[in-house]
Amino acid sequence: MTTRLPRSETIWPNFYRVGVSSLPVIALTGTFIGMVLAVQSYFQFRQIGLETRLGAVINMTLVRELGPVLAATMLAGRVGSAMAAELGTMRVTEQIDALAAMGANPIHYLVVPRFLACLFLIPTLTVMADFMGVAGGNFLGVYWLEIDIHHYWSNSIRAVTNFDLMVGLIKSVFFGAAIAMVSCYQGFNCTAGAEGVGRASTNSFVQSFVMILLLDLILGIILDNFYFLFYPNGASFF
Amino acid sequence: MMIEQILDEQQEPLVNIRNMSVSFDGQAVLRDINLKIPAGETLVLLGESGCGKTVLMKTIIGLVQPDWGEVLFDGQDINTLNEQQLSHLRLRFGFVFQNAALFDSMTIGQNVAFPLRQHGRFSGAQVRDMVIARLSEVGLPDSVVQKKPAELSGGMRKRVGLARALIMNPELIMYDEPTTGLDPIMSDVINELIIRTRRRNPVTSIVVTHDMNTARKVADRLVMLMPLHRLKPGESQIVFDGIPADLDTTRDRRVRQFVNGEAGERLMELRSQNPYESTQVGDHS
Repeated sequence: MTTRLPRSETIWPNFYRVGVSSLPVIALTGTFIGMVLAVQSYFQFRQIGLETRLGAVINMTLVRELGPVLAATMLAGRVGSAMAAELGTMRVTEQIDALAAMGANPIHYLVVPRFLACLFLIPTLTVMADFMGVAGGNFLGVYWLEIDIHHYWSNSIRAVTNFDLMVGLIKSVFFGAAIAMVSCYQGFNCTAGAEGVGRASTNSFVQSFVMILLLDLILGIILDNFYFLFYPNGASFF
Repeated sequence: MMIEQILDEQQEPLVNIRNMSVSFDGQAVLRDINLKIPAGETLVLLGESGCGKTVLMKTIIGLVQPDWGEVLFDGQDINTLNEQQLSHLRLRFGFVFQNAALFDSMTIGQNVAFPLRQHGRFSGAQVRDMVIARLSEVGLPDSVVQKKPAELSGGMRKRVGLARALIMNPELIMYDEPTTGLDPIMSDVINELIIRTRRRNPVTSIVVTHDMNTARKVADRLVMLMPLHRLKPGESQIVFDGIPADLDTTRDRRVRQFVNGEAGERLMELRSQNPYESTQVGDHS
């Protein structure tokens, strides 16, 4: 799989589909989640007079958890299930057999470009989801709910560290790899007929989503422990 | 005559299948198959649906792994080769799939050029010339090069599949039900293409078909398989192995039934499985 790179004509369409075509929907989801977080948290925080801490809560939640998870979920729904359906159709119509019969390695030709596209581009999609979520939260919090912008951002800057951003990005790489592997596996093992292709597509999304949540939990614990290993006096996350 | 026979026996066949068995999910499809295919022969594999004809052909190219036995191509056991060696060996095969198996996302030109681009070191102009030459051999105009497979009829797609299979000048070409789903005229066009391909190139061919017109027209030798559940205990799965003329003189009822397209005792099976129909039959009698 890693001995040589696939040809550019198989790489670029997959990079485009993952990185460019998914961008608008991920940006839109990120924006709304940022705004929803602001609305939901505002009334709770206002009751105890801490509405200026909203920036810290929204931005921390987005950067560490919701940004990567939402970007990965949208990618699993938009690209992962389409990959499973496409590869499943290729399996059913013997196109994968045809590739092998012509001396091409179907894994190298079909799976590697999709895997690389998910692996390398999901961090950029996560950054986009983070950015749009932060912008959406800022828009609603500062301009709609009229929280003081200076305190909103100064609290946020104190709370969210580079490590939090890195946690989100590291998680996203694992999510991308899981989405590609689950979707390609489902596509390659698709059973015959329209029902088989439909099932492969559905299974791909459901299994990817479960994997994302599971990895999110495991990586959250592991990465926090790493943090405490290097910075024993750091703030507690538990 | 004796010397020729001895020489024939000494010459290694291009394909040699020895005691091969294949099963899927515990269900046996092929059992103890022995088959030799000499270079240059056109072998037609006959048999009813589900008897394992396509599976047999796919084991030769390594797309299906046998549970047991050997598949030798030019003396090499296919199943002992690693992925790279198998990819290299597959350049010597051409496979025409039942529904052509053209890549939907590519144009016809890209489909036919695929093996060249995958393995060859040819310039763009050379590839284009070779693609157009192969397409014209199968009777397709240059104008199809830019079209997508979905824009072509079933017969045209099959001919594109044949052009793609021929582009690397294979030594062994395999046709999986080449005339299924085509009208009689287009079926005959495909039959002629199979014969012409053999005349133009010194190629060995294996044709899987149900179509007796195709079988009689293109075959040097015919082999008929039976599904395992229809065999007596210990009986070979290959129930006929001979030249086309032998089909008319065979004493095996099952072969005659297949060749003449007669349902025979299968109708009784249908009636026994359908209580309504069996009552009706009983009423009439």
